[in-house]
Amino acid sequence: MSLSQPAAPGRRMALPSSPPGDLFSRYSLDHVYDEMFDSSGEARPHCVPLVEDLLAASLPQLRQHQTEADRAFLTQGITFTVYGDEAGTERIFPYDLLPRIITAAEWATIEAGLTQRLTAINLFLRDIYHEERVLAEGIVPRELVYSCRHYRREMRGVHVHRGIYVSVAGTDLVRLQDGRFVVLEDNLRVPSGVSYMLANREVMKRVFPGLFSRYSVRPVADYGQTLLAALRTLAPPNRPEPTLVVLTPGVGNSAYFEHAFLAREMGVPLVEGRDLLTHDNAVYMRTTSGLRRVDVIYRRVDDDFLDPLAFRTDSRLGVPGLLNAYRAGNVSIANAIGTGIADDKALYAYMPDIIRFYLSEEPILPNVETYLMSKPDDRRYALEHLDELVVKAVGESGGYGMLIGPHSTAAERDAFRQKIVSEPRNFIAQPTLPLSRGACFTGDGIEPRHIDLRPYVLYGDRVRIVPGGLTRVALRKGSLVVNSSQGGGSKDTWVLQD
Amino acid sequence: MLLSRAADGLYWIARYLERAEHTARLVDVGLDLGLGRPDATTRRAADRLYATLGFAGVLDGPIERAPLVGAALFDLAHRSSMASCVTAARENGRQVREEISSDMWEQLNALFLAVRQIQTHGDRRGRAPSICRTVIAGIHLFQGLTDATMGHGEGWQYLQAGRFIERAASTAALIDAFVADQAIAEGGRLEQIDWIALLRSCAALEAYCRHYTADVRPERVTEFLLLSADFPRSVRFATARLESALLAIARAGGRDTGGRADRLAGRLHSSLDYGQVDEILNDDPRAYLAGIGAQCGQIHSALYQSYIAYPIESAIPA
Repeated sequence: MSLSQPAAPGRRMALPSSPPGDLFSRYSLDHVYDEMFDSSGEARPHCVPLVEDLLAASLPQLRQHQTEADRAFLTQGITFTVYGDEAGTERIFPYDLLPRIITAAEWATIEAGLTQRLTAINLFLRDIYHEERVLAEGIVPRELVYSCRHYRREMRGVHVHRGIYVSVAGTDLVRLQDGRFVVLEDNLRVPSGVSYMLANREVMKRVFPGLFSRYSVRPVADYGQTLLAALRTLAPPNRPEPTLVVLTPGVGNSAYFEHAFLAREMGVPLVEGRDLLTHDNAVYMRTTSGLRRVDVIYRRVDDDFLDPLAFRTDSRLGVPGLLNAYRAGNVSIANAIGTGIADDKALYAYMPDIIRFYLSEEPILPNVETYLMSKPDDRRYALEHLDELVVKAVGESGGYGMLIGPHSTAAERDAFRQKIVSEPRNFIAQPTLPLSRGACFTGDGIEPRHIDLRPYVLYGDRVRIVPGGLTRVALRKGSLVVNSSQGGGSKDTWVLQD
Repeated sequence: MLLSRAADGLYWIARYLERAEHTARLVDVGLDLGLGRPDATTRRAADRLYATLGFAGVLDGPIERAPLVGAALFDLAHRSSMASCVTAARENGRQVREEISSDMWEQLNALFLAVRQIQTHGDRRGRAPSICRTVIAGIHLFQGLTDATMGHGEGWQYLQAGRFIERAASTAALIDAFVADQAIAEGGRLEQIDWIALLRSCAALEAYCRHYTADVRPERVTEFLLLSADFPRSVRFATARLESALLAIARAGGRDTGGRADRLAGRLHSSLDYGQVDEILNDDPRAYLAGIGAQCGQIHSALYQSYIAYPIESAIPA
């Protein structure tokens, strides 16, 4: 089905002949991959039912749906606190009404690629903290590992049960012009956002039930069970009935909603550091019926804050003595301590080689071309092309510490040039990627916006990926930054059945 | 299995909501008293209610009504204000989000959002009575959802304990304010309208009339609110529920240091079971009522000592 005549690249989309198509009057296509329409303006086959429904909808109807959706998030308390506001204003994360649809074939590639990647990452982490073969054979430069501030010397030689360092990964994918998904970055410490994947689906079902009747969408609702099963496999072998907990920094944390959500989904207690204590190298929680042994901690607290005796002494979020209990094998922690070395953005450049080294396979999902500022040739090239590149600080996440060349001012580029020259190890550069665009409801109509995709990868008895993920949207027109802390929103993400 | 911190949060959700309901009802009754017959007597009856909410000085001279109503409902600096209590209940709900059902949480959150909406944007003039009733209905809905959608296990018992300890203490304090004024009022008697206001502040007027007819007498009102076995807002009824919640908590906890809180509650409950209103009034009613408050304080401390803030040394496994 077509939105009337084909739109030429860069041109505004032509109005469809069938009323009331003016919802699409501002929809334009260009060289960027559009998730809904091909370059000729034809709806992609899997989007046809959605487009038909949208053409039959009216602006007031969509606005009504949007209001209902926003209200659902507000009453469920799926909000974040705006810091520095006297009244403690709570806002919802912007939610886009229209689903992002991924075909079964596309998903099969993503699934295989992420399974391969997480398998290799776990082998890499085990190696880095034990034999260091990958360093000895020169695949990854030694100094790159040792200079990473997320490398934890304390973890050397520590036995990690079943060699699973990363139980939960959130890997960011983007789709380029040719329609291929590439890996933008790995999040291997405390990846967040999965509650939005689940909440978005629930809200979508509530406000847009009709759409589901036209599609066969794979469910995501069993994420909690899958996560629980994955965490159970980590229990120390002598603890057949393990007690699991979710460790949160507390209600003040912006992801607190998610921590409580996951604890509820799994049916396990949500604890704060002050609920836990260690005694004789074992961890206990304080309950109404006395102290109770804890076997597996799904922590949503960064390494730095986990144990004030081992890491930051000013941390009040952690549990004194936790590291020793962990090293003694009396408690498991997911993700393990020290996984941040593998999502260092400079290490990322070596990920294809890491996959080849451990698995003797070619990477299924390609990397983005990456220039390491610690390499003189790369640095020289990048400094000459700052206006075209994206520069990222290696240890940052959440869209902080980033320069987007084409959208930057000369002053911003100068500031980054100085930072790069003074601390080359801390920066990488990548080409500015033409992130694919998904159809979004703007409040006045439907327009394409840049999006990415974060599937959540779980490693228990094997790697499992709940079919879906968090599609983040750069809601401001033209913006390439999808992070929620930077004005991004999200959409429900549908993976279709075969 | 219940985290001590979660038990604490559940207990306080219920206490704060009970307190919010109490405040809302007092404000509602106070406003109603001023309608129709705004003279010195009704005014004093209303002021007495505000005095029990901790507004000092209202009984000493004329005070502007509207700011008083506004403060009792919405002043976040005033800890007994309805908005303070709803906000605190919701904050505790957030802390124990995984322990309560989603229905309960959404209702608690909706209540909070509604109160804040009125507080920050709403036109409140003339709407105080309907705001009070909306909030009371919202709290009752939360209680219904609590009973209908949450397992009646240990966590639920903490909600019960919080609700009924708060009710026992606040009802006793409210009766005390009237008994105290009765003693010093000129001519030795409060007006009948005062006693009606007291009954209505406990949602007890209709139940009282069914029991004693509409003949409202001070000793009967005191008897009903203190000693009624089946009226849910009487002190005796509240302590019975408190005792059974604490017994269930002691059984669930299984700690050998437990049991003190339920024994104290049982003792208080028994004293009311066997209490005689004429003896209480002839002896020293104010001391008796103050004693109830003090015993509630001891029960609270015992609950904390046994289950929530117990010393770690007592609990370390051998």
